[in-house]
Amino acid sequence: MFSFLKSSRALPGICLGVALVSAPMTGVAEPAGHYGYGASATEEQIAAWDIDVRPDGMGLPEGSGSVDEGMQVYETYCSSCHGAFGEGMGRYPKLAGGDGSLAEDRPEKTVGSYWPYASTLWDYIHRAMPFFAPQSLTDDQVYALTAYVLNLNYIVESDFVANKETLPEVVMPNQDGFTWEDPRPVVSNERCMKDCKESVTVSDSAAGKNLTPSTTGPLDEGITE
Amino acid sequence: MLGKLRRLSQGVSEIALEESERLPSAERRRFLRSGLFTAGGAMVGGALAGIAPKALAATQYPPEIPSWTRSLGPGVVADPYGVPSPFEKDVIRRNVPWLTADKVSSISFSPLQHLKGIITPNGLFFERHHAGRPEIDPQQHRLMIHGLVDRPIILSMEDLQRFPSVSQINFIECPANGGMEWRGAQLNSLQFLHGMVSCAEWTGVRLSTLLQEAGIQPKGKWLLAEGADGAAMTRSIPLEKALDDVIVAYAQNGEALRREQGYPIRLVVPGWEGNTHVKWLRRLEVGDKPWMQREETSKYTDLMPDGTAHGFTWVMEAKSVITSPCPEMPVRGKGICQIEGLAWSGRGKVRAVDVSVDGGKNWQQAQLREPVMSKSLTRFSLEWKWDGNPALLQSRVIDETGYVQPTLGQLKAARGTNSIYHKNAIQTWKVNADGSVVNVQLS
Ligand code: HEC
Repeated sequence: MFSFLKSSRALPGICLGVALVSAPMTGVAEPAGHYGYGASATEEQIAAWDIDVRPDGMGLPEGSGSVDEGMQVYETYCSSCHGAFGEGMGRYPKLAGGDGSLAEDRPEKTVGSYWPYASTLWDYIHRAMPFFAPQSLTDDQVYALTAYVLNLNYIVESDFVANKETLPEVVMPNQDGFTWEDPRPVVSNERCMKDCKESVTVSDSAAGKNLTPSTTGPLDEGITE
Repeated sequence: MLGKLRRLSQGVSEIALEESERLPSAERRRFLRSGLFTAGGAMVGGALAGIAPKALAATQYPPEIPSWTRSLGPGVVADPYGVPSPFEKDVIRRNVPWLTADKVSSISFSPLQHLKGIITPNGLFFERHHAGRPEIDPQQHRLMIHGLVDRPIILSMEDLQRFPSVSQINFIECPANGGMEWRGAQLNSLQFLHGMVSCAEWTGVRLSTLLQEAGIQPKGKWLLAEGADGAAMTRSIPLEKALDDVIVAYAQNGEALRREQGYPIRLVVPGWEGNTHVKWLRRLEVGDKPWMQREETSKYTDLMPDGTAHGFTWVMEAKSVITSPCPEMPVRGKGICQIEGLAWSGRGKVRAVDVSVDGGKNWQQAQLREPVMSKSLTRFSLEWKWDGNPALLQSRVIDETGYVQPTLGQLKAARGTNSIYHKNAIQTWKVNADGSVVNVQLS
């Protein structure tokens, strides 16, 4: 009934049939928007796609997983790329280590040393990992993996069980390491036009470093498989 | 219509007759009999079968008459979708194999050294995928808008195209563009140093139109945009920006988005870092807080020397680079050389560009080439008389806010060498006495 009203008000007759087919009856009693195009999203549709999780726990589903369970899943689906202890294989990212390295010359940014929120770990593993089969894990598996990766980073004890109550309580070591307001511009160069500096010294040159792939001919395959 | 066609074909016949007129009589008869030239005027094939070709000269320029002037080429729709000349085969996107573990989550660079305007051809637009390029059937693709809205809606791609559309020319730059060079000069190539920026005319629907259609609730302050690829890439965007100049684009330079650019739809967030321009867009959620996704915490945050980090550094600050000469395009000899380049700012329009040929001691204002548009690539040029001595070329952009592009030294003093992203420093090219050009850094 609703979708009929919506389409007859907003659409010229020729579009009516299309609109009727594409707009399912939802029972949502909201009035149509100005254009009235598209269909109302049903709760079921939204629930299926709304996968994001926030630091306050909003979006975390039912279910749970322990560190021990996580170790099993991790060895099956994750360690081939991220290493048995999260040390990272080849150029695949490290997931653990690097504590206290952020101010060093060669910082190591990992879940443990850098990530400000544990919720992001659940969210990311769930939406994007394992790399070759994203969104293939169950919610319990994702909880278990989250618990395991946190434990690899000594952030939770080995008896930790992750669920929608415990996860938002986890405080990440680097939670206060971020400023969430852009301070830029932080550099102010002057528009000097004449005699702006006394001398100029070249300190480094890319010549002869042999790092540049070819910019002519076919693609340079290098060491990529 | 038919008459016009007939006139056209007559025109073709006349040319063909004229051509036959120039042939020796025996060959002329063969030509006319050969059926190449048929009654309807249609030409079959490009070659004049049976005519002994004149021995091909080694060169085709004066005084020779080029072979292509003495023959016919393939007809229309030989390439139903046109492709560049085979002589342009070097003009392609390229990747740095040692940079990423594989090509699925990786980057390719636009060949800026070959691009002659502000618009990046669709096939040369730089790529950044996190889970490869999905093959999306637009009939099956949906955009869902939900969260703190009065009317959660699902739009098909046909629905989207019914809304009022806008077109705008905007650059997109990956904030990691140039990010390999914080600690020193590594890559000797314009393409690999700066090719993670491209610019196109984007057509689509204003995000504000769509959000108003859904009805934003008063508590709504943030937007989450999510892709439909295997990374389900997400970014939080404040509603203030979302309602300002962001569009949901379905077209790029007049045709449907390329798959590499998010077919069938992507977000275009003018002036903001490339990662926010979520490709293969499937979902927009309105919320009251940011989501702190992996792409805005683990990645795309700037680590400072003291170990703290800056997040939500969305704007791409003003940057410029000389695109000719450059390592790939050496100076072709003493005398007058056109220094040309590109400048852009995520904060608005380019106000001016200065060029130095002595490593920043002295500067001259370059000419800006129209059009000069907000959050778009802008061309500049300066005529330079090269005396054959080594030179250090630099360009420096000033944007409409008065921001002056910094030197690498200034940037490093403020931000150290570990921030990866947002390296918009002045680029120095060293021109050697033989005209070759090298990427260098000054102390
Ligand atoms: C085929 C190799 C591969 C496998 C298997 C794999 N990953 Fe990943 N993982 C990657 C790559 C590549 C990235 C980086 C992706 C990107 O940046 O786009 C990544 C990123 C991550 C990150 C984010 C790291 C950071 O610092 O931002 C986490 C967390 C992660 N993976 C967890 C997992 C878990 C848990 C599993 C097992 C379910 C898994 N991965 C399986 C390749 C893999």
